[in-house]
Amino acid sequence: MNTLFSLPEASTHAVTVDHIFYLLLALSGATVALVFGLILLFAVRYRRGSKAKRGPMPEILSREFEIGWTLATLLTFAFLFWWASSADLSSLAAPPHALEIHVVAKQWMWKTQHANGAREINALHVPLHKPVHLLMSSQDVIHSFFVPAFRVKQDVVPGRDTDIWFEASKTGTFPLLCAEYCGTNHSAMRGEIVVMRPEDYANWLTRQPEGDDLVHEGARLFVSQGCSGCHAASSNVHAPRLAGLYGRAVQLADGRTVTADDAYLRDSILQSKRDVVAGFEPIMPSFKGLLDDGEIQSLTAFIRSLGEEPPND
Amino acid sequence: MTDALLAGELPLPPRPDYLHHGSSVWSWLSTTDHKRIAILYAVTITIFFFLGGAAITAVRLELFQPNGWLMTSDSYNKLFSFHGIIMVWFFLVPSIPNTFGNFLLPLMIGAPDVAFPRLNLFSWYLTIAAGAFTVYALVAGGVDTGWTFYTPYSSMFSNTHVFAAAAGVFVVGFASIATGVNFIATTHMLRAPGMTWFRLPLFVWAIYATSLIMVLATPVLAISLLLVIAERVFGLPIFDPARGGDPILFQHLFWFYSHPAVYIMVLPAMGVVSEIIPCFARRRIFGYDFMVYAMLAIAGIGFFVWGHHMFVSGQSPLASLVFSFLSFIIAVPSAIKVFNWTASLYRGQISFESPMLYALGFVGLFTTGGLSGLFLASIPVDVHVTDTYFVVAHFHYIMVGGSVSAFFAGMHFWWPKVTGRRYPESWAKFAAILMYAGFNMTFLPQFFAGYLGMPRRYHTYPAEFQIYNVMSSAGAAVLAVAYLLPLGYLTWSLFYGGKAARNPWGATGLEWTTSSPPPPKNFDWQPRVDRAPYDYHTEGMSAGTDPPEMQNARETQ
Repeated sequence: MNTLFSLPEASTHAVTVDHIFYLLLALSGATVALVFGLILLFAVRYRRGSKAKRGPMPEILSREFEIGWTLATLLTFAFLFWWASSADLSSLAAPPHALEIHVVAKQWMWKTQHANGAREINALHVPLHKPVHLLMSSQDVIHSFFVPAFRVKQDVVPGRDTDIWFEASKTGTFPLLCAEYCGTNHSAMRGEIVVMRPEDYANWLTRQPEGDDLVHEGARLFVSQGCSGCHAASSNVHAPRLAGLYGRAVQLADGRTVTADDAYLRDSILQSKRDVVAGFEPIMPSFKGLLDDGEIQSLTAFIRSLGEEPPND
Repeated sequence: MTDALLAGELPLPPRPDYLHHGSSVWSWLSTTDHKRIAILYAVTITIFFFLGGAAITAVRLELFQPNGWLMTSDSYNKLFSFHGIIMVWFFLVPSIPNTFGNFLLPLMIGAPDVAFPRLNLFSWYLTIAAGAFTVYALVAGGVDTGWTFYTPYSSMFSNTHVFAAAAGVFVVGFASIATGVNFIATTHMLRAPGMTWFRLPLFVWAIYATSLIMVLATPVLAISLLLVIAERVFGLPIFDPARGGDPILFQHLFWFYSHPAVYIMVLPAMGVVSEIIPCFARRRIFGYDFMVYAMLAIAGIGFFVWGHHMFVSGQSPLASLVFSFLSFIIAVPSAIKVFNWTASLYRGQISFESPMLYALGFVGLFTTGGLSGLFLASIPVDVHVTDTYFVVAHFHYIMVGGSVSAFFAGMHFWWPKVTGRRYPESWAKFAAILMYAGFNMTFLPQFFAGYLGMPRRYHTYPAEFQIYNVMSSAGAAVLAVAYLLPLGYLTWSLFYGGKAARNPWGATGLEWTTSSPPPPKNFDWQPRVDRAPYDYHTEGMSAGTDPPEMQNARETQ
């Protein structure tokens, strides 16, 4: 946003979006020229009292024209849909080894937390040329994470996790904006994305005060909130074991089968009576009101780590 | 024309027109005459239009500076919310249907009134009651949810008068439904002998299609607002995720109404323009039957595109794809209409009186707005520009550039019929051109600001966007003058304008066969119809092949 009529293309995705945008612009320009041109032409040529030829209408007019331009617009639009959608589909899922960063939105600030536990407020440092996958949740109302230079935007919704990914392709500082109206200071809910070369990013990261990373914080919560009393392997309470759970299909008491993803884990913690696992009693208490969104993200990260290789740090 | 016209040349005993048929205030407040109810609506929505306009004037003034210089963020948020709520539900939705629709539908089909005259009056009182709620919400301190009432902000977090505002919208919804039912019944039951479905003027088809949407979609608006109230006032867990609710559910319900509502606002405008262009081009409308099918297609498909408002909400990618596809499809009938209006000018005898200028302005602005809709149907582009000024520009092109231009087109076209007076034509032409210019000055820069990333509903904004906001605010000043001008010269014409003839434009259509203004029961005889609408020339010919007295009807009247 440093020049008047252009916006930097600072991510790989931005280039794709702009291509579609320019094609649509060209097409719209041509259509406007056609319609305005015809209206002007007819307005001048067939103004009242002009000498232009009128008389009987040519036979071909009417039905053939109608069907012709109906089909032409239909095919054009079908092509546009296909082109735009294929770009959309190819950018849906984040690459598997993307850098994972957690974002919590609240009235009226952005809190971000890196994998090593470093936290930022209204700012996010990311490395150049590396896919970054943001896992986002909101503590209150709906917000929207919008980085114009990356052409990405995703609502951040209370009660569910949303995600978004991008790969920055230019170093620099780019505005981060909240795009979903969220109350009094909505327009002040802004921050910045700082894209650094990977070695600078690594240096920056090591200089940050180390918080616990998410997995360790989750492990701590797992004990302090009493989860381990039932879910630890050594416990003699009959509760589902969590090792290897993440990503697996789970058979529920009511016959449904669900995948143990982030949303399922969150629901199981906050509304423990909803999706009871087959073969277990519904004895788990709800943790609604006891854990905030950041803590749930940490617990989820911990549970996820139980099903993966041990972290190599 | 019809036999009725010939019969009208016979001398009749003098009788008062509908305006002079009782002159007490009570005779107006208790009237069941559709024409008088149309006037009541016109006065009401004019007041709301200038209320909503005043709110946005303050907003545009504030946006001259990037950091806010007049008001607090709370006041700003309340002003744009009030602007949206008033303009959508108290101006645009009732604008053309409840004024011109009410006035013209019975006249155009040759009926003495609508099917349920008392229900018609009742719906006006509902509008007044609803307006009282909404204005109370403003006077009591305002509401800051935006016109969209998104949860959980509206149901759990806003500390403003959400209840009063939502109640107002809830009630005015029932006025919409009542009007819709009334118009559907009228179109089905009260057509004059010979007025078959495919002899209906396109304005009647437009009002009919609009009424179908009103009746089918508005109840869903009522439901979604009721659920907001239930959670906000009674604490029922509906949208609160901590208690098992889903805030996104509201968006699905809301847009299931509010996307079709866009067509409630624009279909009647299409109807108005389809009357005016043939009249001033002296041509039959090109592709009458395609125009009818296009409107019905828009009304039908309009119910299945709501998800394009929610591409970034976290809805499933599959749903987004389906909604994207249908959003492209619904652009086809709109494109057909634009091509047909353009083709209707071919081999015409075109003149450029003020209604025609407004109508051509509509075609231009609607085309621009419609094309910008293609950007919003493409998922990757929409993700970037949604919730930015690009969207603000897009829907203002459709609903203000389109619908409001058409409203003024209709106002100038039927003013002689409604009031029996002529207005100063050169002022009207000047206002039409000024409105077109002012509109583009206001909203064209917003496309740029939006694409560059300026989010909507921003009280303060990054300084880079100031240039666009200054351009926009300057344009808004021009637009405000253009909107005030007609208020001046049309009011003047009520007192000093010359008497209007029965058919000053030489137009076809039954409404022009009765006197200006019409008598209380519309016609002094039963109209009969024996031909298609827009009979400006013999079929298969172009303009100018009619006898000169028909071509030049307006000069001889």
